[in-house]
Amino acid sequence: MHDISREYAVQMHGITKYFGPHKVLDNIDLDIKKGKIHAVLGENGAGKSTLMSILYGMYSADYGKIYLSGQEAHIGNPSDAISQGIGMVHQHFMLVDKFTVLQNIVLGNETTNFFGVLNMRKAKKKVLDIIEKYGMKVDLKEKIKNLSVGMQQKVEILKALYRGSEVLILDEPTAVLTPMEVDELFETMNSLKQDGKTIIIITHKLKEIKKSAETCTIIRKGRLIDAVNVDDETEQSLAEKMVGRQIKLFVDKQDRVPGKTIFEIKNLSVRCERGIETVKNLSMKIRSGEIYGLAGIEGNGQTELLQCILGRRHADAGKIIMNGKEIQNTDIKNVLDSKISFIHADRHKYGCVLDMTVADNAIMEKYREKPFSVNGFLNHEERDKFTKQIIETYDIRPTNCSHQKIRNLSGGNQQKLVIGREIANNPDLLIAVQPTRGLDVGAIEYVHSTLVNLRDQGKAVLLISLELDEILNLSDKIAVIYGGEIVGEFRQNESDEQKIGLLMAGGKEND
Amino acid sequence: MLNSLLIALSITLMYSAPLTLAAIGGVISERSGVVNIGIEGMMSLGALTGAVVGYFSHSAWLGLMCAGLAGGALALLHAIASISFRADQTVSGIAINLIGPGFAMFLSRYFFEGASVTYPVPEKLPKFINFSYLKGTPFANFNIDVSVVLAFMVVVVTWFVLYKTKWGLRIRALGEHPAAVDTLGVSVYRSRYACVIISGILAGIGGGTVTLAVISQFNPMAISGQGFIALAAVIFGKWKPWGAYAACLLFGFSQALVVMLGDGTVRIPSTILSMIPYVLTIFILIIFVGRSSAPRASGVPYEKGAR
Repeated sequence: MHDISREYAVQMHGITKYFGPHKVLDNIDLDIKKGKIHAVLGENGAGKSTLMSILYGMYSADYGKIYLSGQEAHIGNPSDAISQGIGMVHQHFMLVDKFTVLQNIVLGNETTNFFGVLNMRKAKKKVLDIIEKYGMKVDLKEKIKNLSVGMQQKVEILKALYRGSEVLILDEPTAVLTPMEVDELFETMNSLKQDGKTIIIITHKLKEIKKSAETCTIIRKGRLIDAVNVDDETEQSLAEKMVGRQIKLFVDKQDRVPGKTIFEIKNLSVRCERGIETVKNLSMKIRSGEIYGLAGIEGNGQTELLQCILGRRHADAGKIIMNGKEIQNTDIKNVLDSKISFIHADRHKYGCVLDMTVADNAIMEKYREKPFSVNGFLNHEERDKFTKQIIETYDIRPTNCSHQKIRNLSGGNQQKLVIGREIANNPDLLIAVQPTRGLDVGAIEYVHSTLVNLRDQGKAVLLISLELDEILNLSDKIAVIYGGEIVGEFRQNESDEQKIGLLMAGGKEND
Repeated sequence: MLNSLLIALSITLMYSAPLTLAAIGGVISERSGVVNIGIEGMMSLGALTGAVVGYFSHSAWLGLMCAGLAGGALALLHAIASISFRADQTVSGIAINLIGPGFAMFLSRYFFEGASVTYPVPEKLPKFINFSYLKGTPFANFNIDVSVVLAFMVVVVTWFVLYKTKWGLRIRALGEHPAAVDTLGVSVYRSRYACVIISGILAGIGGGTVTLAVISQFNPMAISGQGFIALAAVIFGKWKPWGAYAACLLFGFSQALVVMLGDGTVRIPSTILSMIPYVLTIFILIIFVGRSSAPRASGVPYEKGAR
């Protein structure tokens, strides 16, 4: 804890917060100097977002004080925070899709003539000044729904700046961005810093803290662990402080000679809803005992490819062969029966039914098979026995959760259940799409080692991920998809990040 | 020919006025994110209140004001249930639709010695245009109720507020993404309350114009589906004031057809004829419900911090 001083843009001292009987923040101190980029690091559920929500007035602390520039501040709701120069960019963007960029920026803080009649021209001038000052290129007339995620984030930042924010809170800002957009974000953050703004970035991504922040506060399970200078730390030391134990950032993987080809796609073409061919003449071969990583930026045909494998989308041409049998243009049940299992990117939408119990989610694919149902009646004992097994094997917490709604589990634990369920199918091929999305370091480590184990047992894994690091780290073979085609294929040891990054962005290998 | 046209126009406008008022109320409520299927009930209570106050006070204008207040009071109930207590808005709306006509009937029997029909009001709302002195010309049958003008003005004002003022910008945002509005420091609850109550006031006035301008008394059939037709107009009109207005004119015209074709020149049973507005409503809903895009957050109770 530091003394109260004008040098600090934000000081939060002794912050304690209860949600019901649970203490989610326990006497936390946070001191952030003016003009700095400060990271708040912690696992999911550590309390970092709650802490920032208190600063932004969405929750009130039960104990503790907030000082802005050395003055005690009372922040009861977001408009208090806004009027005292605090702006926040939420992880899930708070933008109205059907509105234009300009309408979103002025909403709630409109420039008006008489009787609340809007004066958009005047507002536009003000916004254009800000855009010019920080070099952010955004088309004010465009509707939000037509913008990329990176652009939408810029709009959120503009919203805060338009309200005169001096302190900008960014909640998991890189979670949804492509690598290029991340770099652009860091540029914007730097130009804001040059102008004397203070930036707080909430994250659990270590690489990005090293890249962008100067100081960092680490929180674990609601407690303050440390406040450090980022330059004095390594990714490894930050990770250990965050998780509270030794952790491997990179998976140990023995070399292994893969077996025969068990899954093959031959010259596959698939069209998307709008009738555009988004998978073009694509071929790949996956062998048993191999992790095959498919790298690519979102929207390059991965979705349609996946839907087609799953039998949810018609293949116009080509073959999908699993264990020697053609499975294209059949149905989902046939695909699953041919020993393919899926871990979907969006576990909330496809992976589980959030309002059903953990146990019911565990037998979701097998409920109609023996022993889970006999003559059309469910056997709850068998279901619970099976669920208990998954919970124990995959260390799902809380351990007595099998009759709770799966909604109440953390993302990491939900994902463990999904993975456990799928692996229990004993598949020959596991297709894992973004299996670690939204998970924290500890859970990521677990998921990665599970995939490697599976491969060591001689199974095949198709890993589709937007996180290039994950692909590079795990895959035995790496393919890059761009515009619906495989534009390059490498063995793990013959690839490098630059080359693959370039291919992902549509560059040629020889450039 | 000119004669029939003018009569058709008069009737169309007359019947579309109550629908328009109610539908604009629906537009305002739904754009703020609260589905108001209780419009029918609010219209019923408004119709009764208008007739009762109009009868006892001898003032149609006072009756109309009280009709609005009655609708607003019923809407307050809907707001409390669906905004503060986050009840299912459809269920709450259905409750309103049961309470409204039932309570109206009760009051009618209470004030008029057990009769379900009130005495005619001594004075209806004035005509805005009345050519009855031009006897012998086709224009004699052409007249425009003041409620028609009122409805038109409500459309204009609502359009202006929704699209040209900061309040409108906020209302439209509320229906799409309430959390965005909340995080910018505007109270979602207070704004939605205001919109739902205004919606009820307009529905109440709409009901009042039925008993104070169209017919001159309340009876159990005075409001029979107009609220639902108004809701259909909201959807058909794509949640826009002018769109809803156009839809109401169409429905008003179908009502005029019932009257015009019912004069005996066409040999169709009147029971079949009176189905026209309802059948038209169903057809329009079948064709348009799937295609039109409702405000995204409409019907979803807002809960702070919900994922």
